[in-house]
Amino acid sequence: MVKEIERAGIPVVHICTVTPISMTVGANRIVPAIAIPHPLGNPALSMEEEKVIRRKIVETSLQALETEVDKQTIFEVKY
Amino acid sequence: MGKIKVVHYVNQFFAGIGGEEKADQVAFKQDGTMPIGAQLEKGMQAINPDVEFVGTIVCGDSYFNENLEKAKADILEMVKSYEPDLFIAGPAFNAGRYGVACGTITTEVQEQLGIPVLTGMYKENPGADMYKTKVYIVPTKDSAAGARDAIKKMAPLGVKLATGQEILASCIDNYMPNGIRKNFFETKRGSERAVEMMIKKLAGKEFVTEFPMPDFDRVDPNPAVKDMSKARIALVTSGGVVPKGNPDRIESSSASKYGEYSIAEFDDLTEATHETAHGGYDPVYCNQDSDRVLPVDVLREMEKAGRIGKLHEYFYTTTGNGTAVLNSVAFAKEFSQKLVAAGVDAVVLTST
Repeated sequence: MVKEIERAGIPVVHICTVTPISMTVGANRIVPAIAIPHPLGNPALSMEEEKVIRRKIVETSLQALETEVDKQTIFEVKY
Repeated sequence: MGKIKVVHYVNQFFAGIGGEEKADQVAFKQDGTMPIGAQLEKGMQAINPDVEFVGTIVCGDSYFNENLEKAKADILEMVKSYEPDLFIAGPAFNAGRYGVACGTITTEVQEQLGIPVLTGMYKENPGADMYKTKVYIVPTKDSAAGARDAIKKMAPLGVKLATGQEILASCIDNYMPNGIRKNFFETKRGSERAVEMMIKKLAGKEFVTEFPMPDFDRVDPNPAVKDMSKARIALVTSGGVVPKGNPDRIESSSASKYGEYSIAEFDDLTEATHETAHGGYDPVYCNQDSDRVLPVDVLREMEKAGRIGKLHEYFYTTTGNGTAVLNSVAFAKEFSQKLVAAGVDAVVLTST
């Protein structure tokens, strides 16, 4: 899906846990997530703490969309 | 059993008529073989002496592709006139139009006349991708210099097909994988094979993986978003987030559809409003709070704070679990057009 969106002319960032799959599939802007069943959350934390990390991942994703790339790039989240 | 009759199809080049300048040669038939057919016949006779190439059909590559319907109909009649037990076309190696012609005509003969068919070509010949799931195609080298190798593989498979023997897995009977799974027992157990592969890999030798990755193409990245504070951002997920109750019944795996749902009314996804339809991962965390997969809460805050211009009213969702690449490509092609039409500037896609 990520490639078809890109092909349609819309920049897209892929938030996913298994980044090698995303690389193989061909996403260009990739942000690593927390875990497969909860990519943007962590049930071991409080809801508030979870939201802090979720905000960081989304912020990193927006920054990825604001960054010009000429090849597949993984944007690490700074926790 | 009597004679095993084979009809062979070749292009103008392999008929010795000429090259490109003779590519408009109209289809004709001739009893007996052409040189490459004679080699193939010899290869098959070595396995079963009853094989006989009764006729050869010759057609120019351009003529075939430019007069497709007439060429197909005429050649079908010619094949029928010999009442063969097997129809072979090529091998076409890496000749594109010849490969497409071989694939087209073998498919046609198989479907219309119910005769077993066989062809051969290089794996990158466009005819290979078009027809490998329809007819048996033996992978060959990319030029006629690989004729001997091609015949070595085509002859045994041809004999099997002509005599109605069971066709085994593609790696045993030497045809391009056609998507049909054949079970067989390996003589060595998995651990042994894995160690052998690893040793070959460490030694820098070639090895054949038992789990090849599908071929994925690449798309160049689009330019970055210039002004995020004015941008319309849409959410897409393969994590199966759906409104509570999964109103469109999106399948938990091998999805046949995607959903389009409004989030205009939501600042936060909760246990009461959303859940996941996705099988294959523990759904508890997403069912408790779907923001963990589709971060509506955070993006809504960012929208209010002016970090992004607008969170697009609709999100698009499906389950990525075992869903065919072709299906997901079709889904995304369709909703991407909606996103473009709605003026969406960028997409955040989440996967589980």
